[in-house]
Amino acid sequence: MLDLLLQTSVNAIYASSYMALIAVGLVLIFGVMGVINFAHGELYMLGAYAVVYFYAENDYPFFLSVAIGLVFVGLVGLAMERALFRPMRGNPLGGLIASIGFLLILQTLAVVGFGVRMEHITPPTQEVVSLLGVSEVTVPLQRLYVIVAAIVCLAALWAFLRYSKFGVALRACAQDPEAAALQGISMNQTARTAMFIGAALAGVAGALTAPLVRTYPFMGHSVIVTAFIIIIVGGIGSLEGAVVAAILYAFVNTFVTTFSDGVIADIVGLMLMLIVLVVRPTGLFGVKDRA
Amino acid sequence: MRDGKAMNAGRAWRWAIGLGVLYAGLIVLPHVLSFSQQEIAVFLVINVLLVVSYRLLTLTGEWSLGHVVIMGVGGYASALYAKEVGIPVPISMLLGAVTAAVVAYLLSFPLFRMKGFYFLIGSFAAGEVIRLLWKRFRYPFGGPKGLKLIPSFPDINIGGWTIDFFGPVNYYYLCLIVVSLSLFVLYRLERSRIGLTFHAVHWQDQLAESVGVNTWRYRTLAFVVASFFAGLSGTLLAHYIGTVNPTRFDVEQMVFVLIWAIVGGTATIYGPILGVVVLTILNEVVLRKLGLDEMRPLFYGVLLIGSIMFLPNGLESLGEKLRPRRREPADGNAEAKAGAVPEG
Repeated sequence: MLDLLLQTSVNAIYASSYMALIAVGLVLIFGVMGVINFAHGELYMLGAYAVVYFYAENDYPFFLSVAIGLVFVGLVGLAMERALFRPMRGNPLGGLIASIGFLLILQTLAVVGFGVRMEHITPPTQEVVSLLGVSEVTVPLQRLYVIVAAIVCLAALWAFLRYSKFGVALRACAQDPEAAALQGISMNQTARTAMFIGAALAGVAGALTAPLVRTYPFMGHSVIVTAFIIIIVGGIGSLEGAVVAAILYAFVNTFVTTFSDGVIADIVGLMLMLIVLVVRPTGLFGVKDRA
Repeated sequence: MRDGKAMNAGRAWRWAIGLGVLYAGLIVLPHVLSFSQQEIAVFLVINVLLVVSYRLLTLTGEWSLGHVVIMGVGGYASALYAKEVGIPVPISMLLGAVTAAVVAYLLSFPLFRMKGFYFLIGSFAAGEVIRLLWKRFRYPFGGPKGLKLIPSFPDINIGGWTIDFFGPVNYYYLCLIVVSLSLFVLYRLERSRIGLTFHAVHWQDQLAESVGVNTWRYRTLAFVVASFFAGLSGTLLAHYIGTVNPTRFDVEQMVFVLIWAIVGGTATIYGPILGVVVLTILNEVVLRKLGLDEMRPLFYGVLLIGSIMFLPNGLESLGEKLRPRRREPADGNAEAKAGAVPEG
């Protein structure tokens, strides 16, 4: 029984790692631009398809494919910022609806490019390592990559926001766009940076997990639902909240799935979000209401 | 004053003639269509009710993402009442719509603690929970495959003349009657004191509250009434196709309702109708002819982005934009404007 609990915890840590990447990107975009990117799940999907195209179909090395996916999805994010969110600035609902339109476009492009079938990607490594010296508690090396990459990305993001000039500007814009503009911070530049980072984080999550999940054009749907639950529970606009809520949600979801079933786990997650919305709409870490 | 009255009468006549021509066209319509087009016409009429009821909800300023699930609640409820309990179909349909309204009333307690984006996400979550419950519980909801063999609408016997509702033509007429009555009710409701209060709750909620309007109650009322008619449209759908399942009411369908409403515009009752009619014709006639089934979502995505950016008030505003400014007489202008809102 202890083995099972430990094993489930390891699985939950893996799930929370990539969910945190997605949710943090979503929060970053919301924080700076005040818009909820409904197409975030599709950015994750694009990252996964970058690995399908470069790694599975054209035999590029796995980590090079992941890097290409990161840059490519980041560029798509830049395009979204320029074409959709900048004209819609000051109209959050308009930006959200425009991103729903963009989501349909990305899904169709994936269907046209790759077909609706599920992609089979052989993981670059099939190796399984046992943890803590207990042979029953194991983790596939591929999952370990995801966990390590997520920690590295999040730590880099934290350092970037904390110490770099851009990071300070980004946080200033998130706190008070007008005051930031008065200090000479370029709103457009900041929005571009946030959008690139936010999209790239979703892309890297998709690229890393592509061999481990079912990769198909509509995979973004369940991802965006999960991401919404996480950012609401964590407090919309709070990066720390997103990480903590991702861990919390992943543990609840993994344990309920293991000991009951997946649909019940989804219902529990949604109920968790509804309760937070009713009892404490600012979430666990939210400070002020921006939506 | 006399001028205003004359104008009112003139307007009323023009309206009556316009409606008469419209309905003559709608009655003839199925006889010039092919069988598959007749089926599309049935769905179109049902969708008109769905999107117009959605607009009622948006009047108070809240955009829900759970409206299609509420439609499904009507469909599932009516199907279960007819199939498992044995209630005759027309009554079960009414009860189905009432069930949708009751579910909406219960949901309003948690949901109306939220506003704006939070309401959007909250309504989405609530809808997903309902949908997952249908998926999870094989009894009574039939699980992922849903309910099948739902009893159809019974034959009507008028003096030895039997009308059956198995084919699309007669069902089209049935839907046309039900939807027309519903639209009339919704139209009158909006023009009534209650409807005006909905507008006030949207644009000036604090002012409305300060003069003693209970905004919570009016928002709930709009939500419940909109859900009743969404549920009704769900029952019309369920008893026509004879099956309901969770995928039929998923978020993709909701996106379509959103597109119809936004492309058409939500300022008037005609906007969403225009949106659903134009897009259905485009979808079924143009895209199907071109054989671009795969590309359809792309087309909708481009359309949605284009209309939110370049035509934010929808197709209904196109007439106003293209029409040269009407000459406004200096006198009698006030009467003409007053005449635009019917008495009562």
